[in-house]
Amino acid sequence: MKRGEHSAYAYLRHSKRFPHVWCPGCGIGIVMGAIIRAVDQLQLDPDHTAIISGIGCTSRMPVYMDFNTMHTTHGRALAFATGLKLARPDMHIIVVMGDGDALAIGGNHFIHAARRNIDLTSVIVNNQIYGMTGGQLSPTTPFEMRATTAPYGNIDPAFPITDLSIAAGAAFVARSTVYHSQELEKYVRTGLETRGFAVIEALSNCHTTYGRLNNLGGAVEMMRHFKQASITRKAAEKLAAEELEGRIVRGVFHHDISRKDYSTLYREIQEKAGGAELANERIDSMEMV
Amino acid sequence: MAAPRMMQGNEACAAGAIAAGCRFFGGYPITPSTDIAEYMARELPRVGGVFIQMEDEIAGIAAVIGASLGGAKAMTATSGPGFSLMQENIGYAAMTEVPCVIVNVMRLGPSTGRPTSPSQGDVMQARWGSHGDHPIIALSPASVLETFELTVRAFNLSERYRTPVIVLVDEVVGHMREKVTLPRSEDVKAIDRIRPSEPPEWYKPYGSSPNDVPPLASFGSGYRYHVTGLHHDSAGFPTDRVDEVEPWARRIFRKIKGSVNHIAQYETDGVEDARTIVVAYGSVARAASEAIRVARSRRRKVGLLRLKTLWPFPTRVIGQVCREARRVIVPEMNLGQIAIEVERIAGDRKVRRVNRIDGEMITPQQILDAMEAK
Repeated sequence: MKRGEHSAYAYLRHSKRFPHVWCPGCGIGIVMGAIIRAVDQLQLDPDHTAIISGIGCTSRMPVYMDFNTMHTTHGRALAFATGLKLARPDMHIIVVMGDGDALAIGGNHFIHAARRNIDLTSVIVNNQIYGMTGGQLSPTTPFEMRATTAPYGNIDPAFPITDLSIAAGAAFVARSTVYHSQELEKYVRTGLETRGFAVIEALSNCHTTYGRLNNLGGAVEMMRHFKQASITRKAAEKLAAEELEGRIVRGVFHHDISRKDYSTLYREIQEKAGGAELANERIDSMEMV
Repeated sequence: MAAPRMMQGNEACAAGAIAAGCRFFGGYPITPSTDIAEYMARELPRVGGVFIQMEDEIAGIAAVIGASLGGAKAMTATSGPGFSLMQENIGYAAMTEVPCVIVNVMRLGPSTGRPTSPSQGDVMQARWGSHGDHPIIALSPASVLETFELTVRAFNLSERYRTPVIVLVDEVVGHMREKVTLPRSEDVKAIDRIRPSEPPEWYKPYGSSPNDVPPLASFGSGYRYHVTGLHHDSAGFPTDRVDEVEPWARRIFRKIKGSVNHIAQYETDGVEDARTIVVAYGSVARAASEAIRVARSRRRKVGLLRLKTLWPFPTRVIGQVCREARRVIVPEMNLGQIAIEVERIAGDRKVRRVNRIDGEMITPQQILDAMEAK
């Protein structure tokens, strides 16, 4: 099968890897599909593309995908990816994380990766709960919602991922939901085309834990909620703050490519120090067999 | 040979890393190791390498492993508190068999302890700091020149055995200045990891191989495979099959333990007819040398076994050297972390510990006192 047609199939690993670990109806597969289609549209060379993750349901994604894949430790995916990117600035690197992985245990790495504007495309699957461990509080669980570790309702405010990313220095910041799979695909593509740190927040359903604990229904009901409760940024601009209560705003929140990415700046350091030629030789020597 | 110069242990460590081919450093400042990061920040871009100051030590070692999978020889340097933070990812490197070098310039702990005072308190943490059974290699230099040599060796061992290697430098050696003549870079023997020669579709990153060390492909070199901290099969995919989990664990132990005679380095001085053997490492071995010189001038039959490799523990050598001795003295700047290992091997021979945990060096006189004591 040629790439470009029936594209997902060509990018999956066919030996030993299926069935996958996710619950029936889980949104993570939709995000994986969006990533694969974005990679396919850009015709990125799989040999020069890496998918890196931490720990959690979302972090099981790379194993199914036929790229250079790394399933690392909890919260540290961006730090591993930073090392790989600097050793191999020629590679396209996508980092997939859940909300807990990216913003609780990995929160420090997240803000610093954004601050450095390192050329990584990070996709945060935000299902507002710890799914793999069975429904504990996450840093994006909304106020007063329930989790197994917040049986009386959550009193921690949720991290606004887009605001946090913009404040920390990301070059591209967008949000959509797993109901809007084509929009997700478009944002991942823009993220990959952006030379700098990109954040794509994909709101997703965890009906198995979050939905059950909060009486939100199954996968279908939660997907319907994403459809009905979400509005575009443009539409949201016309609404008052109280009208936006409980709404999910989708769209591109920030896109600024005026700032140089970290690898470009480090390249200039190597030029200043007189080692740029040697850096080229080193990277060339690691090329294809 | 290059011209002789005054050099600090930490500088020699960084110079050794670059001579060995290190082209990536990710780390976080911490006393008394920071000189290594500063040297690398200056020198790495000159040789086409990359230095990055990460947001903490956890990120430092993570970036190092990521860079190594990208094909760059990579290192981080830290001290006790940072070494504690790195433990989970050191285990990840052992699990995924990614070569990397972790330098720990040991200061007095626990906790913040005394940041500028020497210690050898992290010997057992180097061995067992990360959770789960895994092998490790740890080296410990006693001089500035040897810090250069053992850092080169750390890279060579990590590349050859696909494993994290820890260099335990005590603060005395790290901050000491000595006159050294470093070898010219072309005279330094640098070993590179074996890369696969088979076609990508046949490649097994965790497959069987004659020496138990499968070839390692760099990311971006045309071999697409999976790396995970989960137990994995020969292709790198997660597995919970008992016939895959245990054979893997046995193999990674075998690759290190089976090569202990190659990995373990030591020096002996007059151990053949010695009644008393001193087993020492790091800066303490220098005090032991002096104690032995004085004791011999008093016609005492004393010998020194100086360990350059702490892990895997050179059990056979300790057994041989101590066989004829009546007494073994183990001076350490901790409460007996290597002494425990020596006692395990020494049988009914008396093992006398000489310990300091006050942030001061062990003096030759303390070791002499232990030799003279009944």
